[in-house]
Amino acid sequence: MAFESLNEFLSMGTHGPFVWSVYGISLVLLFGCYFSSMKAKKDQIKRLKQRYLREQKS
Amino acid sequence: MNWIWFHKLGSPKWFFQWANKWSKFAFFIGVLLLTIGVVWGLGFAPADYQQGNSFRIIYIHVPTAILAQSCYLGLGVAGIVSLVWRMKMAPVFIKAVAPLGAVMALIALISGAIWGKPTWGAWWVWDARLTSVLILFLLYMGVIAIQNSLDDMQLADKAVAVISVVGLINLPIIKYSVEWWNTLHQPATFTITAKPAMPMEMWLPLLLSTLGMYGFIAGVAMWRMQAEVLVREHRANWVKKEVLDNGI
Repeated sequence: MAFESLNEFLSMGTHGPFVWSVYGISLVLLFGCYFSSMKAKKDQIKRLKQRYLREQKS
Repeated sequence: MNWIWFHKLGSPKWFFQWANKWSKFAFFIGVLLLTIGVVWGLGFAPADYQQGNSFRIIYIHVPTAILAQSCYLGLGVAGIVSLVWRMKMAPVFIKAVAPLGAVMALIALISGAIWGKPTWGAWWVWDARLTSVLILFLLYMGVIAIQNSLDDMQLADKAVAVISVVGLINLPIIKYSVEWWNTLHQPATFTITAKPAMPMEMWLPLLLSTLGMYGFIAGVAMWRMQAEVLVREHRANWVKKEVLDNGI
């Protein structure tokens, strides 16, 4: 570890708010990329499935 | 040289099945490397002798900035392929990757601003590097806006291909901005070709987080492209089979 204690790690010298806000914002945005992309594929498969099944019935 | 793989990649069916196999792999390897790189960088790399601990922002800032440019390079190449050879997968790539590139540019800009405050004393300066990356972000937003505002899909594909190609001019400007102009932004510290300007314990986690970011984006980009292929090819028999066989 580059830090002596957990407190020191969290405070990052005096730069804690800067470092942690960057990682927090990035985590949220990256998760958004993951979630929206996965959902796009799943939703499209569901949508087409319903459509094909409807077409088969009629 | 064997070009069969290139022609195969141009086939939506082949791509879809190939992505089924590789997207998760790319995604998980990406997340794993990114996690290792970030934890190493945050907790174990030594503090910078000038910037102290604020330099740890580099493990997000540099990978996202590199990806923002790589994604745009991809857009530009796909734009050329789309306009010259009319390959079906090229506009799919542009549509799927533009939002991801925009997020990468946005994270690079935000993390840069937050890093700038303790280091330069300012969130933002109209420096050549910062401005050219802001333009990159705006180019992405332009591509996304035009893609969504034109109802005629073929026209939209052509329009975004043209912007993607024209916007390529911005990439060398970003790269050389720190050399051509007297910028506040520091020159590149992360190189693979030359001896890095930082010690190994700082450079290796940066390499891992950059490779990880490539894997992450490759994985999610494949899912987005697959979704778009389904939209465009929904009349094809193979799509019908693929969808009905899918367990969702």
